Amino acid sequence: MPVISTERLTKRYPRVTALDALTIDIGDGVTGLVGANGAGKSTLLKILLGLTEATSGTATVLGHDIVSDGLALRSRVGYMPEHDCLPGDMSATELVVHLARMSGLPTSAARERAADTLRHVGLYEERYRPIGGYSTGMKQRVKLAQALVHDPDVVFLDEPTNGLDPAGRDEMLSLVRRIHTDFGISVLVTSHLLGELERICDGVVIIDGGTLLRSSTVADFTRSSDRLALEVLADPDDALVALADAGLEVVRDGLLLLVALEDDETYDKVRDVVADQELGLVRLAPRRHHIAEVFDEEATRVIS
Amino acid sequence: MSSPDSAPAGVIHNIGYRGYDGERLSRRAITLALYTHGLRGAFGLGRAARSKVIPMGMAVVMLLPAVVLAVVAVVGEQMGQLSGPVVPYTRYAMILQAALAIFVAVAAPQSVSLDLRFHSLPLYLARPLARADYVRAKLTALTTAVFLLLAAPLLVMYLGSLAAGFDAASETADVAQALLGALLYAAVLSSVSLVIASLTSRRGFGIAAIVTVLVLSYSIVSSMQGVIAFDADDPTTAGWVGLFSPMTLVDGVQVWAFGVTTSTPAGPPNDLAGAAFLLTSLAVVALGYVVLNRRYRKVKV
Repeated sequence: MPVISTERLTKRYPRVTALDALTIDIGDGVTGLVGANGAGKSTLLKILLGLTEATSGTATVLGHDIVSDGLALRSRVGYMPEHDCLPGDMSATELVVHLARMSGLPTSAARERAADTLRHVGLYEERYRPIGGYSTGMKQRVKLAQALVHDPDVVFLDEPTNGLDPAGRDEMLSLVRRIHTDFGISVLVTSHLLGELERICDGVVIIDGGTLLRSSTVADFTRSSDRLALEVLADPDDALVALADAGLEVVRDGLLLLVALEDDETYDKVRDVVADQELGLVRLAPRRHHIAEVFDEEATRVIS
Repeated sequence: MSSPDSAPAGVIHNIGYRGYDGERLSRRAITLALYTHGLRGAFGLGRAARSKVIPMGMAVVMLLPAVVLAVVAVVGEQMGQLSGPVVPYTRYAMILQAALAIFVAVAAPQSVSLDLRFHSLPLYLARPLARADYVRAKLTALTTAVFLLLAAPLLVMYLGSLAAGFDAASETADVAQALLGALLYAAVLSSVSLVIASLTSRRGFGIAAIVTVLVLSYSIVSSMQGVIAFDADDPTTAGWVGLFSPMTLVDGVQVWAFGVTTSTPAGPPNDLAGAAFLLTSLAVVALGYVVLNRRYRKVKV
């Protein structure tokens, strides 16, 4: 059974259509919801949680209808909003304990879960200080902790890497990955940066202008087009000719040569050519096709 | 061989993620938890020390005169000067209305404006809780807090009266009436204040607006009543004017329903007016509840 399933879900505002008859099924694991700003990502999450009403269409989360079964749905879902939502005068511990109780946990369980969850997201001694003095990275962790504190079956994370520096981004992304691998909780995570999601997602849903552009697994995106990246001491152009003569499909990308990886024999052929021509091998590594490139092709196709 | 004793002290073991299979409470119980949180918050409990200063200060201001009055009752009776309380229970709220106003003006924005300012509502509404539950919990919590603030000194005075040996039956009846009045005071003041507070995300604005509305309406109404009742010699009209401020409104209900002396220049002039005062009080509370619900249906999250 899919974790999330929508059927012609539509949201119209007076001036814009945020979602246009969106029909998707999202399974378990980590799913990236990708789209430009204003593509309808946040609107979709809010409709699934019942924070906003859909204009038409239906949807279920974990088998619960979003309209008729909202309370049961929300007790099994965690939500990390995109924008700042933390009261500055409370400490992280106080806030997360309180919100755990708001999710229906008895007081003692709420305390225990809050302490556990804050530790898992990497907040230690600072959790007793008022949130007002936290850095952006720490605030994002508190927001994540409150989404996980009631041990939901699925969490919706709206732009969790927003406002973080590169190191903070990496930490947050690996934390998101761990939510599924270590905690066993399915994740729907939005981002406008496709590149950062491919490392951590099992599947990607791309929406644009409220409609589905593409939905598939990350493996599908990247498997079909694996290539070998090759760096040599010799002039890349000479090497390119030599490799092409050996019957390999090869293109030049700056100093690198990209060889289409057909099967294991490709490695042997490359080795032989390099050895025969004395090209001076510096580096030989498989390179996955980035989803971003697929996305670009896809987007171009849609536009043209 | 390693034994538990030989393990170095202070090592943190990463026990990994543990799920939660325990009890999950109903929506009702969650609303109750939010109510308790709101009630504690009104007195600054569970918040920073500086949040406690005003609520606790006002609680002391409310209690001190009652303690003094209780002592006066006991001493006065012994000296044979007194046979009943110096101040009727039902008038206590009006006498200390400044403290009441300050308390509610700080507690109401504390309860709702902060959630608006910090945009915390999505955190609540993404949980098994409806918007109406949020409103209900906040309103009942503030009403309870104001009621406790008012009921505690009344009980102190009552104990003083009992200790002084005043007629227990009539004292009990009187304090019961005053407690009912206190409940109505609490409900009216809380709904008016919460509606005002819910309109602003700035706590300062909320405090200023609530104090202004409560104090200004009382000043205008009571001075108009004074002018009309004494200078124009028209206590009937003066009595009706009492409808237009929360404090004189509830005082009017007490005067009519319990036959106690009024704290204003003129109480409701007849039964029709008395009934109007009661209905208006209840309407203010109901309207406050409806307006809050409408307000929170519209809040964007």
